[in-house]
Amino acid sequence: MDTIVSIRPLVAVLVSICAVPLLILSKRSNIRETWTFAAAVAKFLIVLSMLPAILNGSQIVYTLAEVVPGAAIKFRVDPLGMLFALVASSLWIITSAYSIGYMRGLQEHSQTRYFCFFALALSATIGVAFSANLLTLYLFYEMLSLATYPLVTHHQDEEARASGRKYLTYILGTSIGLLLPAMLISYNLAGTLEFARQGFLAGTCSKGLVAMLLVFFIFGFAKAAVMPFHGWLPAAMVAPTPVSALLHAVAVVKVGVFSIVRVLTGVLGTDLLSSLDLGLVICIAASFTIIVASLIALSQDNLKRLLAFSTIGQLSYIVLGVGLLSPKGMTGGILHMAMHAFGKITLFFCAGAIFVATGKRNISEMVGIGKRMPLTMAAFFIASLSIIGLPPTGGFLSKWYLVLGSLEAHQTVILVVLLTSSLLNAAYFMPIVYRAFFNPPDGNAQDTGIQEAPLFCVVPLTVTALISILLFFYPQPFFRLAQMTVRAITGG
Amino acid sequence: MSQHFPALLVTVPLLSALLISIVGWLYKRLCFPIAVAALSVTAYSSVGLLLSVMHEKEILYRLGGWEPPWGIAYRVDHLSALVLVVVSVVGLLNLIATQKSIQEEFPEKTGAFYTLYVLLITGLLGIVVTGDVFNLYVLLEITALTGYGLIAMGEEHAPLASLNYVYMGTIGACFYLLGIGYLYISTGSLNMADIASILPGLYDSRVVLAAFIICMVGVCLKMAFFPLHTWLPNAYTYAPSAVSSLVAPLMTKVMIYVMLRLMLTVFTPVFTFSRVGLSDSMVWLAVIAIAMGAVLALAARDMKRMLTYVIVAEVGYMVGGAWLGNRAGMTGAILHIANDALMTLCVFLAVGNIVYKVKGYAFKDLQGMFRKMPYTMSGLVAGALSMVGVPPTCGFFSKWYLISGGVQAGQYGFVAALIFSSLINVILFFRIIEIGYYEPFGADHGQGSSRVRTAEAPLTMVIPLLIVAGGLVMMGVYTGDIVAHVIAPVVPPALGN
Repeated sequence: MDTIVSIRPLVAVLVSICAVPLLILSKRSNIRETWTFAAAVAKFLIVLSMLPAILNGSQIVYTLAEVVPGAAIKFRVDPLGMLFALVASSLWIITSAYSIGYMRGLQEHSQTRYFCFFALALSATIGVAFSANLLTLYLFYEMLSLATYPLVTHHQDEEARASGRKYLTYILGTSIGLLLPAMLISYNLAGTLEFARQGFLAGTCSKGLVAMLLVFFIFGFAKAAVMPFHGWLPAAMVAPTPVSALLHAVAVVKVGVFSIVRVLTGVLGTDLLSSLDLGLVICIAASFTIIVASLIALSQDNLKRLLAFSTIGQLSYIVLGVGLLSPKGMTGGILHMAMHAFGKITLFFCAGAIFVATGKRNISEMVGIGKRMPLTMAAFFIASLSIIGLPPTGGFLSKWYLVLGSLEAHQTVILVVLLTSSLLNAAYFMPIVYRAFFNPPDGNAQDTGIQEAPLFCVVPLTVTALISILLFFYPQPFFRLAQMTVRAITGG
Repeated sequence: MSQHFPALLVTVPLLSALLISIVGWLYKRLCFPIAVAALSVTAYSSVGLLLSVMHEKEILYRLGGWEPPWGIAYRVDHLSALVLVVVSVVGLLNLIATQKSIQEEFPEKTGAFYTLYVLLITGLLGIVVTGDVFNLYVLLEITALTGYGLIAMGEEHAPLASLNYVYMGTIGACFYLLGIGYLYISTGSLNMADIASILPGLYDSRVVLAAFIICMVGVCLKMAFFPLHTWLPNAYTYAPSAVSSLVAPLMTKVMIYVMLRLMLTVFTPVFTFSRVGLSDSMVWLAVIAIAMGAVLALAARDMKRMLTYVIVAEVGYMVGGAWLGNRAGMTGAILHIANDALMTLCVFLAVGNIVYKVKGYAFKDLQGMFRKMPYTMSGLVAGALSMVGVPPTCGFFSKWYLISGGVQAGQYGFVAALIFSSLINVILFFRIIEIGYYEPFGADHGQGSSRVRTAEAPLTMVIPLLIVAGGLVMMGVYTGDIVAHVIAPVVPPALGN
């Protein structure tokens, strides 16, 4: 395997931080938004420019500073990180467009602050994706927690403060209380924090300690919202919808599961886990989360809260996939990071578009809305297919691999969990779509004809819905990257 | 020139203090420039010393050419050079940052203020640079007396708080003096290196043990190690903000330095860690200090008092780290001297700016502060993140070494205390940040604070704050170099690798 030393990963991380001063100094909002776009596109292009090398089997590394012996601030681009970075950076462009429509549509305050912290959050996300060791990952993980705090609490009212508190309590509480000690214990055991093909903890400690570290890591990355550390996610829905969309369906939560995948494969090692039968612990935690979150989602009336619980369930698919420790299961889990991202962001965009156009947040008020906003609700339909895992959407592929993985690992119970969850997903999404299109609106509402949200809102959600379909037919390069990751781990 | 740096460090500010007190009678405006010039020279010489110490091993300077152990020797090794840089840089930055507030608070007493200020720095630098235990006592008293004076210049309760400090500080100094008296009886020497060379034959002497313990009690009092911290919160809270931001970062840290010097140089690591048999107790006392500091900080209702209890907890960090008896713990303790000084300076400067603009430091005075003073609040947030221990700020890395040391020594109580205190710091600082960010609540969302106009502190206050805030990140990023080139040579080989 070639290793290329290049500064590009660092540039990819820094490009949005560098945009922050420009955003602050921009006198007019149009100029500011231009900078946001420029940064987003630049970031995406830099990430994209590294793709061919990665697909050829090379790795790109860059060391910034050796802060602690054995743990530098170091970047490494590998297939897994590439997949995540591609998803996050491409969706940032789309979300930027959507943000403009949404924030202007609602005449939100403090838009400059909003765009600045958005840019910072993206830097942190890419930083996590390209981290070469646990210390760097932790650095960007914390940076993301803090950069998203002003976004989550953007409204600055009492509700936002309460949610912000909950957000920080969960996220910082677990990262300092569980993740930090787990990281330091690992460091003292192995003398390094560098992600390795089969982890670096094998042979350094007892089974009990490995199990403890595993639990600390899984719950320490509370951004992955594995129950019981999921409470922050529904609370964080007070954020403006584009924030919920990108951060809480894509960047923040995916950083959580990405970190778990990284730790399971790069720190603990799948061989170690399977030799100690610890995959089961992961599967139980994830299955429980999947089923319970879906059941809670059934009872939600607030659309964004429903989506939040749906996300909690879907995130655990990814954890579950890797926890199966079988090649197909891992492929499915990793692939689901990308597939779920495009589906869920579409759903959030739709929720936001409905809010901008009609001011409605609750599902019970959305009866008959399909006549008024046909495009939005069509996108909603497609995206929910992807989440349920039905063709012709990308979600089908990842779920297919998860199912295959559960068979491969001879875990019929997991198969039942996956299928039950699909049914539950259908049970909470389909009534929304059905009532939107086929039930007449409330009696007193006038038939206003087609009245979609602003173009800046509608175009992004259409694009992401179309991508969800496209990914079914052309799952490359995500599929390829997922396979490469798994092949590198299993050595096959 | 460079071989006289150790002498310059002390004589330049000492003479400048005299000069300032005279000039203060005639022409008040000159006091500040003289102080800046004096402290610039010390900053320059201490950086120079650090650089030359990094090349050579250590620098010995004989005052008046008298040979030790008869004459007074100044001795600069990596540890003292690091602390010298911290003291002089913090002193200089704080001097510049607080010029406006001093002008406003004591228009009549600037001469006296700057005299005491520069004398205090002289004392601190002297403590660090001296190689003689009795000379250290003298300088300790110089520092303390000027400190009492400076603190007493504060608000209504300040004289009383200062008096309390006088009592406690004097008791502490007496203990120290008594301890070195015992040491002198048994070794017949006051020179640190000389004592260290005589001691190995006296490891079993009870007098030496008594000397060690009595010295430690004195030092613990002086550095506000829980439960001997009671003088600190009031003294630092009621002091003028310009004084708080000077003594809070430096006094306790220099006393930690004294503790380390006694542990590592005077009494030698072998004696300290294997003969005294207090290591475990000290670590557990540190655990209590950290926990109690955190809890008491939670109970505070204004920023300065809260921060003073944070200092009490931070003292526990360093004492605990030093007594873990391993390389990582000692590295963490030494690193934390520098890091904690810098981050304490950062938050106290931010508070100073706020006090300058709104004339108060209660939590409620912070309402709408992010809009009112965005730069000051950014500085405060940077300091807060470092206190919490978020990478890449330096607070994270000293905590890293301290926790590593705890894990290696199997002291999980200490590890738990550090993590507990980090979590409490999240609550402490986000409570402040919340008030500044959300309140006053408006009728509609987010509109409440938009009525507040920006009213930032003057540039001379904001720029030093932002330099310190940037320094927190720089210190963090360069931790690797600092540890490898400055701290590693200090940690005695007896503590393992």
